[in-house]
Amino acid sequence: MATNDYVSHAPGYVDNEGPKIVTSRFLHDDSHTLARSEATGGYSALRAVLQTPPPEAADLVKEAVLLGRGGAGFPAGIKWGFMPPVWPRYLVVNGDESEPGTYKDRLLMERDPHQLIEGCIIACYALGLNQCFLYVRGEMALAQERIAAALNEAYEASYVGKNIMGTDVSIDVVLHWGAGAYIVGEETALIESLEGNRGMPRLKPPFFPAAKGLYLKPTIVNNVETLANLPWIFANGTEAYKQYGSERSPGTRMLAVSGHVNRPGVYEVEQGVVTFRELFYGDNYCQGIRDGNELKMFIPGGGSAPWFFPEQLDLPMEAADVGAAGSMLGSGALVVMDETTDAVKACLRVVRFFARESCGKCTPCREGTTWEEQILQRILDGHGRPEDLDLLEDIGSQISPGDYPKAAHEEAGLTAVPFPPKQTTICPLGPSSVAPITSALRRFRHEFEAKIGSATPSPTESRAADETSIDVDEAAEEVSA
Amino acid sequence: MSRLTTANVLLAREIISRYPRPKSALIPLLHLAQEQDGYVADDAMEHIAELIGVTAAEVLGTCSFYEMFKRHPVGRYMINICTNISCQLNGGEELLHHAEETLGIRSGGTTDDGMFTLEDVECIAACTEAPCLQVNYRYEYRLDNDDFDRMVDDLRAGNRADVPPHGTLARVRQNIDEDRLAGVERPELAGAPAWYSSRLPSDDGDGGGN
Repeated sequence: MATNDYVSHAPGYVDNEGPKIVTSRFLHDDSHTLARSEATGGYSALRAVLQTPPPEAADLVKEAVLLGRGGAGFPAGIKWGFMPPVWPRYLVVNGDESEPGTYKDRLLMERDPHQLIEGCIIACYALGLNQCFLYVRGEMALAQERIAAALNEAYEASYVGKNIMGTDVSIDVVLHWGAGAYIVGEETALIESLEGNRGMPRLKPPFFPAAKGLYLKPTIVNNVETLANLPWIFANGTEAYKQYGSERSPGTRMLAVSGHVNRPGVYEVEQGVVTFRELFYGDNYCQGIRDGNELKMFIPGGGSAPWFFPEQLDLPMEAADVGAAGSMLGSGALVVMDETTDAVKACLRVVRFFARESCGKCTPCREGTTWEEQILQRILDGHGRPEDLDLLEDIGSQISPGDYPKAAHEEAGLTAVPFPPKQTTICPLGPSSVAPITSALRRFRHEFEAKIGSATPSPTESRAADETSIDVDEAAEEVSA
Repeated sequence: MSRLTTANVLLAREIISRYPRPKSALIPLLHLAQEQDGYVADDAMEHIAELIGVTAAEVLGTCSFYEMFKRHPVGRYMINICTNISCQLNGGEELLHHAEETLGIRSGGTTDDGMFTLEDVECIAACTEAPCLQVNYRYEYRLDNDDFDRMVDDLRAGNRADVPPHGTLARVRQNIDEDRLAGVERPELAGAPAWYSSRLPSDDGDGGGN
């Protein structure tokens, strides 16, 4: 693996010399302090915003077309507009980042907590609310420490709390943290968790959090990166913001590229402009596949996204284009796999994640993800059965009926099926487990078949075939041996 | 074994006061209990139930959902090795096997001396630094077997002051001075903040309300 040339105080971050909307302070080793923030324009946007009527501030966010950075890519300004005129209302910041391959929110929280806090206060002001809960993933101890310290500084300096910057505006930001559950990244599960319950998603419709969220009051749940964009947008204006990125997706995105690339890292990249090929092979970005290997497949948007292959490399990273091509940009996580990768093994690993993280509320997901994992495991272990591939597809269709989104496979004359999929579950976790299976089966069915073709019956199967009844003692002995 | 100490009860009351409803403090209080004892004791759960006005069963119900809460004593150091896709592609599983052999325990087990508990975990958001692990939720990046052995030796020798014992997450707490607090509103009390209503354009200056 090539050596890293990123800054030592921010492991993972790579400066690609592009526009810096949310990473502008990352090169400073004290980027998390109030002193550095203030010295580099921190809280100046907030000062200006407090002089404008709140609805105007909300309109500005709509005008900027600030797309949510959590995964769904829904415009934040439109989401804000769904709030009915009911109080109290709440802002909840989703910092429960745990999608496989994703880590941008963690860096934003660790490296520039004041930028996030300023974004929170701007949002609270625009939405006319005075309580914000900042929900940080439980496992991110450093992010919690940095945000706690930053909030203490910001309260002291009167950027948060009572009478912000000498005005009559008073807004509290409370640091809250989770305890290890991927599903809590789903906004209604996050609200349940914040209410002190098991993190299980709520059925929606009829009520979305904007109308009935925390304590069944209007609640906006925004991703960390989404809010971190606000100070820049308010300081520089929407026109300047739209200079970057594409027309449909202005601004930048934080992209985490991991796997078999020469320079893995978290890059701030203009949205909708750069292609996957430029990102993986460009000198400013990942600088190619390790050892000069060929690309086999890649995940374009976190573990939940259907896989892409070399023929999708020239797509721009634009949500609509990626969706039409059969996948999604999701949370900005790209996992690159080279020709040495075992497709069955990679598929199993992603599926196992969903099986472990299923909250258990919906039967198709709770049972189905576990079955998928067990079937893939036995194929990998060399005990696969000829009917297993049909069985996998059948289970997938119970969780996600109809044709699941897939990338085109031109060699085989297969066209793309666009994203998103249908689902029989409350949230998209279950359907996400189907993504790697349908992707791998469409493209690498021969790898599955080769493993099944050379398979032998598993020990339990052969014993069952040999004997009319199973000797329980002997079986137990074998297990303990 | 133990209920929350007097100092922690004071801390708990402060945490509870930040939320519109006391039950919202449940997860932070479970973390507080885990910080105190290294795991979440039954008595602590009962104590938390008293503090926030729910049943002990409700506290257990929430506690048992979340992986980070350990309801039995674990090692002083929790070593969580990521084996998710990005780490798998770069040797995460091999690192886990090495750890199992070195420590003489399987994933989920605790060493006899009570120093280490080993777990294989899902993505911990350090995918470009694979293979990675967390020890008591502090990161170690791009480890090979030698790096792992060195880390274990250092931890055993007490040379890692940067890693607090299991249960302690953030070593900085959010402190809000009474006079800096905007003030918590109960969800039952409706009404837009006065600063908001007064800043709306005058033609609909009542701010809506409900």
